[in-house]
Amino acid sequence: MTRIDVKKTYKLYIGGAFPRSESGRTYEINDSNGEFIANPAQASRKDLRDAVLAARTSLPGWSGATAFNRGQILYRVAEMMESRSGQFIDEICALEGVTKTVAKKQIEESIDTWVWYSGWCDKISAIAGSTNPVSGPFYNFTTPESMGVIGVFAAQKPSLLGLVQALAPVLAGGNTAVVVTSQKFPLPAISLSEVLATSDVPGGVVNILTGKTNELAPWMASHMDVDGLDISGLSKDVETQTRIEGTENLKRIHRFPDGNSPQRILAFMEDKTVWHPVGI
Amino acid sequence: MEWVSDEVKVILFFKVSIYTLDMQLIDGSPQSIKSYLATLSPVDQVGAEARASMLATRSIKTTSKAWAIDCAISMIDLTTLEGSDTDGKVKAICNKAVRPDPTDPTVPHVGAICVYNDMVEVARKHLDSIGGKDIPVAAVSTGFPSGRASREVKKQDTLDALNAGATEIDMVIDRGAFLSGNLEKVFSEIVYIKELCGDRAHLKVILETGELVTLDNVRKASFLAMAAGADFIKTSTGKISPAATPPVVLVMLEAVRDFYAMTGVRIGVKPAGGIRNTKDAIKQLVLVNETAGPEWLTPKLFRIGASALLNDLLMQRMKLRDGHYQGPNYVTLD
Repeated sequence: MTRIDVKKTYKLYIGGAFPRSESGRTYEINDSNGEFIANPAQASRKDLRDAVLAARTSLPGWSGATAFNRGQILYRVAEMMESRSGQFIDEICALEGVTKTVAKKQIEESIDTWVWYSGWCDKISAIAGSTNPVSGPFYNFTTPESMGVIGVFAAQKPSLLGLVQALAPVLAGGNTAVVVTSQKFPLPAISLSEVLATSDVPGGVVNILTGKTNELAPWMASHMDVDGLDISGLSKDVETQTRIEGTENLKRIHRFPDGNSPQRILAFMEDKTVWHPVGI
Repeated sequence: MEWVSDEVKVILFFKVSIYTLDMQLIDGSPQSIKSYLATLSPVDQVGAEARASMLATRSIKTTSKAWAIDCAISMIDLTTLEGSDTDGKVKAICNKAVRPDPTDPTVPHVGAICVYNDMVEVARKHLDSIGGKDIPVAAVSTGFPSGRASREVKKQDTLDALNAGATEIDMVIDRGAFLSGNLEKVFSEIVYIKELCGDRAHLKVILETGELVTLDNVRKASFLAMAAGADFIKTSTGKISPAATPPVVLVMLEAVRDFYAMTGVRIGVKPAGGIRNTKDAIKQLVLVNETAGPEWLTPKLFRIGASALLNDLLMQRMKLRDGHYQGPNYVTLD
């Protein structure tokens, strides 16, 4: 007798919990051969609003944690991903239609990305900060600080690596994130949310929404409580509109080239300059 | 009168005659209180919870939501009851009471300011000086929040607030006395404070439902307060949890509805504590409309004791106006 597959109906990841979409909607995704594989939740603008609220609420804790501690936690994510790499490989193979070798390479690069950015956590302010010469009896320091709540539209493909490359630098800088996953290939992102939930990342620091990217983009862009946007995964045709809507609260909106760079961390940090009298 | 249950009609038959004969439901003796409360029907707890959660599923959108938000803002008793309150903090919430959103003059002012009685004078003077003459100042009184003080202290507490210009007194009942069956003490204290208030102030009686344990007790305490002369019955001090849960508010609204059927007098209800966002506030308004009736949808008969709620209402109002989600950076800090 053949066993019947258990097809999963996935949920969102908001505030450290896994709720269904407030709207009750799901959508179907297929594997590379067009066969149905799962029903992820289709997030609504209210789920987005809840996610932003969760991200904002958890911001003081995350941005206030020591950089060293953040680095440890991001390293822990890498460890947890390593132990679940089999699951990620299966999902990437099924969705993207790539060979096992290619999928394995993608997950390995993703894990290395976490490790790479975890190392940057307590070094970025030493490298990008400065002691400034001023003409007066003052010390003058500039240090980069976290920007706030960052919306992330991760690259559509490679589904896992694109997400990790966008998310890790946002977290390394002490920001909290609201992620809209790849619309066609959301499964690795959903598994990543399960990894995050079990790896010391405080609830609400990362919130992961699956659904229709172009439906959520305008709400994210116009949300007054989102401070920055990574639009690497948005298609060019909605980019202009997104940039226009983001002007209302002067969002920092960036599209990044592929790959890792400390510039991706600094893109979502703001410089704070402190004057302190000498001799006190 | 179709909305009054048969059970209530029977009570009504007796009660109306008692009330119209001597205009007093209870003469203050333990016996009269006991027999009066014995006529009350018990509360079906499961039913009350089910009805409250059913009413909480109503979806209020677009123009109705805009109306409900403005209605809720005008019903807020903007409250600050912290040991750390200062003149500056009280003045700041007064400013906010008069112009909740400084960028939008169409936002209505709130229902009242609610402070400790040593802050009443500051609040009154400041409100008068910034064009908030028609916003009343409410003072919490009678040994708030525990109510553990002598009659003499409670009297002075109330007089202090009245003399400083409070036109609403939020008194707490002695929950210990209520729970141990010393109902005449609770009753006589309310009567006493009501006499002190006279025509100078409205009396709101805080039941502190979180300490009354059962919904039956909530109904009993509501009727006791109303019979003793309360102008409003209020759920909680805001100092303990749970506070204004929907089933409790439902039971209190049923009590004022039944009391109105018996006596023709409309008593107000004030849920306080735990109402922090627009959704909660609109749920409260639905409860009022469906239980006591639309006549209660006015700041004269329904108030919401809150502080953080106002910012959320303002953010939702901006969202309806501007079409995008708001952030807490764009409303004033409390």
